[in-house]
Amino acid sequence: MLMFYKQKIKFNILIMLLKRKEFLQIGSLATASLFVPKFLKAFEQKSIVPPGNKILVVLQMSGGNDGLNTVIPVRNDIYYKSRPHLGIEKDKALLLTDEVGINPALPAFKQLFDEGGLSIMNGVGYPNPDRSHFRSMDIWQSASDSNKYVYTGWLGRYLDAQCDGCGKPTQALEVDDILSLALKGENNKGIAVKDPARLYNTSNEKYFREINAVHHPEEETVDYLYKMLSETLSSADYIFQQSKLHPSSQMYPATGLGKNLKTIASLIMSDINTQVYYVSIGSFDTHVNQDNQQKRLFTEMNDAVNAFINDLKNNNRFQDVLIMTFSEFGRRVAQNASGGTDHGTANSMFLISGGLQQKGLLNAMPNLADLDQGDLKYSVDFKNVYATILRQWLHADDVSILGKQYELMNFV
Amino acid sequence: MPQNVNELSVISSKQLYHYLEKRSSRKPDEFNVATNLFNGLVKGIEDVGMMQKLTQDQKKMLRKQSVDDLKNLNLLWLDSMINSEDQLREKMSLFWHGHFACRVINIYFQQQLINTIRQNALGNFGELLRDVSKSPSMLSFLNNQQNKKQHPNENFAREVMELFTMGRGNYTEDDVKEGARAFTGWGFSLHGEFVNRPFAHDDGNKTFLGKTGNFDGDDIISILLEQEQTAKFITQKIYKFFVNDTIDSEKINWLAKRFYESNYDIQKLMSDIFLSDWFYDEKNIGIHIKSPIELIAGIRRFLPMELDKPEVQLLFQHVLGQVLFYPPNVAGWPGGKNWIDSSALMFRLGIPQILANADNFVIRPKDDDDTMMGMEGVDKMERPRQVNSVVDWDSVLKVFDSEEKENLLEKISSIVLQTKDKIDSAVIDKYAGKQTREMYIQTMIVELMSTPEYQLC
Repeated sequence: MLMFYKQKIKFNILIMLLKRKEFLQIGSLATASLFVPKFLKAFEQKSIVPPGNKILVVLQMSGGNDGLNTVIPVRNDIYYKSRPHLGIEKDKALLLTDEVGINPALPAFKQLFDEGGLSIMNGVGYPNPDRSHFRSMDIWQSASDSNKYVYTGWLGRYLDAQCDGCGKPTQALEVDDILSLALKGENNKGIAVKDPARLYNTSNEKYFREINAVHHPEEETVDYLYKMLSETLSSADYIFQQSKLHPSSQMYPATGLGKNLKTIASLIMSDINTQVYYVSIGSFDTHVNQDNQQKRLFTEMNDAVNAFINDLKNNNRFQDVLIMTFSEFGRRVAQNASGGTDHGTANSMFLISGGLQQKGLLNAMPNLADLDQGDLKYSVDFKNVYATILRQWLHADDVSILGKQYELMNFV
Repeated sequence: MPQNVNELSVISSKQLYHYLEKRSSRKPDEFNVATNLFNGLVKGIEDVGMMQKLTQDQKKMLRKQSVDDLKNLNLLWLDSMINSEDQLREKMSLFWHGHFACRVINIYFQQQLINTIRQNALGNFGELLRDVSKSPSMLSFLNNQQNKKQHPNENFAREVMELFTMGRGNYTEDDVKEGARAFTGWGFSLHGEFVNRPFAHDDGNKTFLGKTGNFDGDDIISILLEQEQTAKFITQKIYKFFVNDTIDSEKINWLAKRFYESNYDIQKLMSDIFLSDWFYDEKNIGIHIKSPIELIAGIRRFLPMELDKPEVQLLFQHVLGQVLFYPPNVAGWPGGKNWIDSSALMFRLGIPQILANADNFVIRPKDDDDTMMGMEGVDKMERPRQVNSVVDWDSVLKVFDSEEKENLLEKISSIVLQTKDKIDSAVIDKYAGKQTREMYIQTMIVELMSTPEYQLC
């Protein structure tokens, strides 16, 4: 052990040489870019998304949110009979219509609904639903049938269709440390960036820039890795610069989602070419003591989304941004014995924008009298929602991205 | 291991293969990490249906304990990959772990499956297939417990054909249906034993891949093994894993034919591959993107080290997209370029520095339930984390004892990197620590490991 210890001291001296900080060119992009003239060029063409161009923000509610306690059928006896303890009383719910209420922890959503900035799609699911978190999330993110295994995501394939070889890898960003399957295409992948400054620091290590600069094309796989490295280094600069252009002055709650939506808002207000943002909140896996957990998460979501919408409105961008929420599945109609609900099937989705064509409740509430072994039957395939957004909001080729023609809807 | 490096340079590749083969022919140690708590809870429950006898709290405890035990199983196997001399067996087991991908939170089941895989990794594919198909892990993961005469469930039969043997496009939907009927009744006990439940079995005639008879599950597996397509499908997958992502039909056909004729002797197939001259062709070297497990194990094999918190390796696996025992789905990890996106690449380039204690890192994975494998709370705060490792540099440095200083870089580079074109030596030299010879060697190794080239083998 002593030998190890000595070695460690020695190595700690070595650390000094390798420490990132020493590699940093503090605050000097210009100097750093000396090493990377080639790929910064890609951005010199200023392929800016002009104001008015449409932006999609996907909010993933991980863990399987209980849709029936989110959008509540306040006049349905079956609902209250199935949930003697968990059911939310009509006078507690925030009423959207005479028949439908929204969870009391979502007042900002109620207000948006009343203003025409929020639409609700009920009963969204897919054939042969899978009740495993992971698998169902896989199905939603890859937009595959439940008996197929697809290793690309729907937004990744959007990147493949939109920007193959366009040299602008920042078209889809996930505000996270790990990139989700949803943003992985065959040839193009989105970028996971939790914090633009941190990504910038990591990638601004002179050593990486230099090995990248001296690389010359050779074998295909090595070149692929270097291309990814180049794109990452240049994107990290680009995202960081853009994020500083118009730092949001809006107050956001000091929560995870609050911070992430603030990052997104700052980028939306900049000149960045990003069209799709992806962000998650969780976990909604409320098997036990559902009320408290859902309330806590909804409060975080309510306050963060409220700040984000106000920010967009103040900057006159609300009509250009569409927020889509989803969860991998809803929960069973009946409550369980632990004050919670178990994994279910179909669920509701929120669509939030100043540019909605069709407002309010987009379809009927799920039919609680016609269940499949205690679970909701889906009435809308989520791929119809994806197709509509791809075609009518992002103006992309939904058929090639989703592999077939899904009937389009009218909400945008 | 670093001390073997110099020996490697004097023996031929084929001699090395014979050594690996010999080493890997001994029986592997069985893993057993299921804790007493788990044993105690499960004990006495004969049938899975009896799970209902457990209270909610007991079930929850069982699951939590399983998740914890699975973490230990993960680290135990990873350690074995790093330290074992049975490298061929370990690597082959990693291949089968992805081929027979199974995601169930049950330590008994997972442990039994990985022991089966490691045991048969270089044995007979038919036996391996049969054992895996009868494992509680796979039967539970692919819902065969629910496959009963009155209500057939096709999931198991479909995946056995699509993913384990023939591959898509080589059978009809009717074959799937008829196969599923033959598998009715196959199930397992909570102890993890295979059970055949005659009352649930459909004993009528089935027509499967052109044959008709009163088939059961064993017959279906035999018929699948009779198909040359099965040998071809498996060979192609092994070729892609061990040789090259770009397939060479001529070589694969030659290998598959011999594999089939040997009655699916896996070790023979591996000898055919490793003893072929073309395996050592330039175009087949340095072109395979290491999986996260290969990357982590590779770094640790070269740099012997002690980690104060080995669990951090689970976080690495999670961030890089390959957590042992948690494949994305039954199709396994897609591999190749799918491993690489911006954040994953930057993290890969940073790992050598993190492991060698030279850098900290900030990672805060999202809360997503079972994928978090009980790592909730690992890093709720976004704060820099430090891995405390003690690298046994002496054993590494010893390798280069006899090397002249001006040859050091070339020598280290030739050992650390496998790509044809080596990285620009001026850059490596520029960033290397020059104070002492030791430091020079140490920094160069870490630098070379922090390159795109190092991602390849």
